[in-house]
Amino acid sequence: MRNSKMKRMTRLSATANNIFRLYYDGFRSMSWWGRRAWLIIIVKLVIMFLILKLFFFPDFLNTNFGSDEERSEYVIEQLTGNK
Amino acid sequence: MIENIDLSLVNWSRAQFALTAIYHWLFVPLTLGLSFILAFMETAYVRTGDETWKKITKFWMTLFGINFAIGVATGIILEFEFGTNWSNYSWFVGDIFGAPLAVEGILAFFLESTFVAVMFFGWNKVGKKFHLASTWLVAIGANLSALWILIANAWMENPVGMIFNPDTARNEMNSFSDVVFNPVAIDKFTHTVTSGFVLASVFVVGISAWFLLHRREEILARRSIYVAGIFGLASSLLVAMTGDSSARTISKVQPVKFAAMEALYEGQNNAGLTVIGALSGSGEKIGEKEVYDTKMKIQIPGLLSVMTTGNPDGYVPGMKDLINGNPEKGILSVSEMIERGKYARQVLIDFKMAKELGDRESLASLEAKFADKEFTDNYFKYFGYSYFTNVWQVIPAVPVIFYSFRLMVGLGFLFIALFAVALFLYSREQLERRRWFLWLAFFCIPLAYLASELGWVVTEMGRQPWIIQNLMPVHVAVSNISAGSVQVTFFLFAVLFTALLTAEISIMIRQIKNGPKHQEEEK
Repeated sequence: MRNSKMKRMTRLSATANNIFRLYYDGFRSMSWWGRRAWLIIIVKLVIMFLILKLFFFPDFLNTNFGSDEERSEYVIEQLTGNK
Repeated sequence: MIENIDLSLVNWSRAQFALTAIYHWLFVPLTLGLSFILAFMETAYVRTGDETWKKITKFWMTLFGINFAIGVATGIILEFEFGTNWSNYSWFVGDIFGAPLAVEGILAFFLESTFVAVMFFGWNKVGKKFHLASTWLVAIGANLSALWILIANAWMENPVGMIFNPDTARNEMNSFSDVVFNPVAIDKFTHTVTSGFVLASVFVVGISAWFLLHRREEILARRSIYVAGIFGLASSLLVAMTGDSSARTISKVQPVKFAAMEALYEGQNNAGLTVIGALSGSGEKIGEKEVYDTKMKIQIPGLLSVMTTGNPDGYVPGMKDLINGNPEKGILSVSEMIERGKYARQVLIDFKMAKELGDRESLASLEAKFADKEFTDNYFKYFGYSYFTNVWQVIPAVPVIFYSFRLMVGLGFLFIALFAVALFLYSREQLERRRWFLWLAFFCIPLAYLASELGWVVTEMGRQPWIIQNLMPVHVAVSNISAGSVQVTFFLFAVLFTALLTAEISIMIRQIKNGPKHQEEEK
């Protein structure tokens, strides 16, 4: 019982190690275009999530209303055109 | 209030969405198609053991990787815009839009990101078959991601499988299968992904032609033309078939868009399909909208009737039937739809008043109306028409749609010919000698992108003024924000996306010029 548990643990750690090595070696031996592509991905994500989303794209209903009920009321107001 | 909405805000919000969607779509179709081409090439490598196939696969995988990296997450910006610029719409669609997008997010994240890593990093780390399976799973995952986005988009053109909750002002999904198997979704998915396959095939044939023109990488180029030629020919024939099926569905669920695609103003039996034509103003108007005559036209008699009804004598309604109504053909006039929409909106106003007054009895009966099939099918179905005061406001920009459609279809036929000739020359071993063909193939690359974007112009411009067909016009969907802030982000996006596109093109050109030999040396 203990033996099979040990075996399973060893297999799991070997798999985890293999997955780690796949990524680690992959990133280490990346080609010129790969490094350039990753740089672009990181810069793009920073611009999108830390600048655009934070400063330019707040969620209109979540920012202006505290609850779903208020949001519903607001949208119904917009749809019916009656205050 | 909606009545006071700033039109420049609506136009800038539309322009911004169009800009981001057009740029996003520059990256997507190549991913959809090239992923399958890679899978075919790697399958050839695994089956034959021929190392040249491996080299070829790795070369195209590099270009796939560049496109994938630059394009990844560009679609998220569209989701930012929904929350900021289109909040009324986002709330109104409720989970119907959110559920497919969530499935897409999970699929994209787990399938693509996991197996993309194996595809790029796993060449010498995992077995050949496991690597091949990963490549196939990336292709399937990328295309399945597109499926969920297109289901959401199709719902906007043919809203089904939902019930409107007047209490929350949201549509709630009551049939997942109706949403998924929406006929517009099926047509849209098959037509869109196959058009992505065509674009990728043109890309591969075009780049390979460039190698042959420069007498470089000749084995890679010939084999790539062979694989992409077969895939492209099969896909472009499928694009034609799915386009035909798509047109039939559009004629039923978006007849005004269909009439605009053909600039068909007078309904007729035995209607012909206009292959080529030039629009000119007739001097007549429907409200403030110009009526166009089609001059210098070449028509295929009866084909439009066959396409829409399956019968050469079938009746195809024109724009005038659809606007003024045609009781003989069972077509409601837009003014009748406006009245029905106004009634549905009045019921919503009454519901809101009853809620404010705490009138529980009225509240219950009014709420029940929104679940009543007779009310939803005959009145709520036209809810969006209540926001129009003139019937002509539901007519889209006919010339843009007419010309975009013709150019897209014309390019589609050009690509069929391109692939057929490529395969013929390949089989006769004459590719290198036909330099005119190689140049044509090379210059078809931008045309494939143009055709792909034009498809979206037809579908999105054609459904104007609706953001959700018949339920919500675009001007009702926008958030009450300043037009100035939308302008600022419009230009920010223009700069960001142009920089990304420039980066993609420059890295790709460098890698193509280097070719597979340098690629190996680089490592």
